[in-house]
Amino acid sequence: MSEHEVKNLEAIFDARIARDEKIEPKDWMPEKYRQTHIRQISQHAHSEIVGMLPEGNWITRAPSLKRKVALLAKIQDEAGHGLYLYSACETLGVSREELYDQLHSGKAKYSSIFNYPTLTWADMGAIGWLVDGAAIINQVPLTTTSFGPYARAMVRVCKEESFHQRQGFQIMMTLAEGTPEQKEMAQDALNRWWFPALMMLGPTDDASVHTEQSMKWKLKRKTNDELRQQFVDQTVPQAHMIGLTIPDPTLKFNEETKHYEFGELDWDEFWQVVKGHGPCNKERISARKNAWDNGKWVRDAAMAYAEKQANKEVKQAI
Amino acid sequence: MNNNLIQYIYGIADNSLILGQRLGELCGHGPSLETDIAMTNISLDLFGQVRSYFQYAAKLIGGDATEDTIAFLRKEREYKNVLLVEQPNQDFAYSITRQFLFDVYHLLVLEELQNSKDETLSAIAKKSIKEVSYHTRFSSDWIRRLGDGTEESHNKIQTAINDLWIFTDELFHQTDADKAMVAEGIGVDVTLLKGTYFKKVNEILEEATLEIPTIEYFQKGGKQGIHSEHMGYLLAQMQYMQLAYPNMNW
Repeated sequence: MSEHEVKNLEAIFDARIARDEKIEPKDWMPEKYRQTHIRQISQHAHSEIVGMLPEGNWITRAPSLKRKVALLAKIQDEAGHGLYLYSACETLGVSREELYDQLHSGKAKYSSIFNYPTLTWADMGAIGWLVDGAAIINQVPLTTTSFGPYARAMVRVCKEESFHQRQGFQIMMTLAEGTPEQKEMAQDALNRWWFPALMMLGPTDDASVHTEQSMKWKLKRKTNDELRQQFVDQTVPQAHMIGLTIPDPTLKFNEETKHYEFGELDWDEFWQVVKGHGPCNKERISARKNAWDNGKWVRDAAMAYAEKQANKEVKQAI
Repeated sequence: MNNNLIQYIYGIADNSLILGQRLGELCGHGPSLETDIAMTNISLDLFGQVRSYFQYAAKLIGGDATEDTIAFLRKEREYKNVLLVEQPNQDFAYSITRQFLFDVYHLLVLEELQNSKDETLSAIAKKSIKEVSYHTRFSSDWIRRLGDGTEESHNKIQTAINDLWIFTDELFHQTDADKAMVAEGIGVDVTLLKGTYFKKVNEILEEATLEIPTIEYFQKGGKQGIHSEHMGYLLAQMQYMQLAYPNMNW
């Protein structure tokens, strides 16, 4: 294809996105669009499956049968999200094995928040409320993103995430209304998860490298700082409602802007965790890698069995 | 209060509770995302059944008893699950074999329990049959795949079958409470299920090109509350919150 023809295709492609048309897997797309989507969707899928681990840490210790069932169901939803997102990613011509290799080798990233440890039961509440809460703010705009399979997956993901967020808030509310020990557990969890949750919305706009192009492709509708402000404005009143204190002494409501102003975030810590040196980065990756490596003989057996069955069918047909 | 009925319910529900707990340990660590989801789903079904049984038992016990006091606040000797379900997750071969050997039994029990004179138990059994039919299909399919897959998988699954086989005989033992409930038309006479159980299990093993173990010595004890050394650690995790923070709502 000549350079001129490619330019022409690109112009048609850009116009389709501008008209809010969906791009489907078999449509022509610029290589950069394909690569950016593989990167973002796989990162999202990896976050779902790595995100199963910190919560999975509390399944065996959940304090009641009802909570145990709800936690299992929530983690199962996350596995389901991982599954649709990997499938959406595979439509772009990359295999799940390659994507896993990228995760295991550290080449692909996942949401950095999952590198923090879950130390008490209240962390199950804080993750649902804050982490899923921040995830929704990030993800709702993606339900109208330009790449069809991603947009459709996100419709379902967002519905389930909003249920998880309510469930997490309800765990926090129960603790906050409980005994002094339970309330302390809830406050401690909020203290530990608040800043990592704010940083989940990404680096500040001046440090974010992907924003401009992503806006054009509708992978992003608002900047990281706008999303962060939206999260703070939405979450602070919820904390107040259940009598918990946001661990930021500088936090105040600005009557003029009608927004909460909040303190500086520790971006050094953020980058340290992103670069692999958070409290649980090594454990998370090794848990995923072990699951994959230890499961190889199982997957190989399933393939071998399927082949044998197919051969039998062929023989019978002859 | 009908103590035999309560003990009978523990005998059935504790199997689901302890197996659900074991499966819960695997969440996020499965050999593929699909099997991970399926195993978690089985765990969820089992805990759902446990809740129905224990809500009923709590009503029979009365007072402050709840599904959670029953699930979390008994002493080890008071749990009446069979030894099979408490066996640890050594690898996928053990986990799926444990599942298979239990599922075939579980389905046979439920198919009888739906005819119980006790309406609540009958209703729980009817609801659970659909779920457990799926569990049985899932675990049987994996026994076939692993048995007739690669040499490595064949050897691993054969080892797991051989090692866990010693726990199958206990499935058909009866406690005094079981016998009393059978006499009243409430409980299932598990001794009558033994022939069908081994016929079904052996059929699948044969399809899976696996050898049927010829073992003469079996282990028992769980139904009397005498468990393996694994059980204490399982309970230590499961009961941790309830023991560390007693009398609270969650």
